[in-house]
Amino acid sequence: MSDPSTAQAPAAGLPGGADAALRAVPRSGWHVATVAATHRETPNATRLELEVDGWPGNAAGQHLDVRLTAPDGYTATRSYSIASSGPGTRVTLAVDKLPDGEVSPYLVDEVRAGDMLEVHGPLGAFFVWSPAAESGDARPVQLIAGGSGVVPLFAMAHAHGQVDDPTPFRLLYSVRTPDDVYFADELRALAEASAPLRLDLVYTRRTPDGWPTPAGRITRELLEHAVIPATDRPRVYVCGSTGFVELVADWLVGLGHDPRSIRTERYGGT
Amino acid sequence: MSFISRGFSGRSRERDDRLPPGQTLVHDFPVLSAGPTPDIDTADWEFTIRTESGVHRWNWDEFTSLKIDDVDTDIHCVTHWSKLGTKWRGVSLDTLFEDIETEQDYVMAHSYGGYTTNVPLDELLDGKAWVAFEYDGEPLDPEHGGPARLLVPHLYFWKSAKWVRGLEMMDQDEPGFWEQNGYHIHGDPWKEERYW
Repeated sequence: MSDPSTAQAPAAGLPGGADAALRAVPRSGWHVATVAATHRETPNATRLELEVDGWPGNAAGQHLDVRLTAPDGYTATRSYSIASSGPGTRVTLAVDKLPDGEVSPYLVDEVRAGDMLEVHGPLGAFFVWSPAAESGDARPVQLIAGGSGVVPLFAMAHAHGQVDDPTPFRLLYSVRTPDDVYFADELRALAEASAPLRLDLVYTRRTPDGWPTPAGRITRELLEHAVIPATDRPRVYVCGSTGFVELVADWLVGLGHDPRSIRTERYGGT
Repeated sequence: MSFISRGFSGRSRERDDRLPPGQTLVHDFPVLSAGPTPDIDTADWEFTIRTESGVHRWNWDEFTSLKIDDVDTDIHCVTHWSKLGTKWRGVSLDTLFEDIETEQDYVMAHSYGGYTTNVPLDELLDGKAWVAFEYDGEPLDPEHGGPARLLVPHLYFWKSAKWVRGLEMMDQDEPGFWEQNGYHIHGDPWKEERYW
């Protein structure tokens, strides 16, 4: 097992060299997680604090698989982004309840402190961020989240704040209503902390009182004004539903962003 | 080390023998991509196979004039979804390799946009793989890999490289993009070869 303190995310850009195999991301494996605490994140989502036996640490943006087993041996496995990062065995998830879901309703409504879950991870070595001091990449970072797609991006923003990384960060977060904002207090605190993070919220269904613009979906014009311009060559991470990611990524390319600097992750289907 | 999850019963017991372990049946068509969807005009499209002796090249008209197979197959994504009975049309790798002599046993598939994935050649021949350009009776959507994608349904679906533009023969197996970023070098869904 690799030493979590050496955990590193890949350098920017598409890999192509043999050096990629040498990346020291923590090795994935099955672990037993004990639920340390649960917290209602939004009306439709729960935050789970897990204590994971033998967890090797994880980079910001990675995910894990959760496997549930019924009394008759039936199993169901789903992937969830991790909201936390760094060494240590404490792992935070924030799970959105899908209307026809099989695993998410259990994790959101049923699980309580003391329950045990099987988890496999950490997974994924591309949709990750590591501090400029490690990656050597000091380009600004633009995060773009749709709904619960904010989870891995929150992990990045939080990691950026934790190490007081000087890289300019900006998060554009599209969410239905003020009640649906994940990590609302933490994001506000990060936006006020010394590591530079600018937070732009877009409400698609209902805004807070006195909000300057009416509720509505992200448009190309809004995107152009609320993201770091292409001329500043930002690294961009987009996470949300497939429809959201397709739309936003297409617009970004149209606005002159280098496709190789745009990393995407989608949820949906299961 | 499996144990029962307190209070979990699961949604359904209709276990289908066609579903590999850890997979869930879906009826929509989820998307797994690492970046923006490339916009590729078939007028500019070409497909190449590069071997130790040279490069074989097809443009869109030449390619779609080759013998076309109808393929009815199940597909399995590493992110735990499977679709059964999907319908594709495309050119078999057997057809593409008909006149190609190579001593090299491994293939790196290259895609528009820069992505790569590796597959041993013997897993692409004998009716096991296609370059598909139609799905469910329609031209393949860009977000699902159009104009053309590799289709290797007996392996996890990331091996079915979207936006494929060519195959490069190699002496040895080497990890492609997804394999360097956490996915298994081989990817057999029946053995749950998901991650390294």
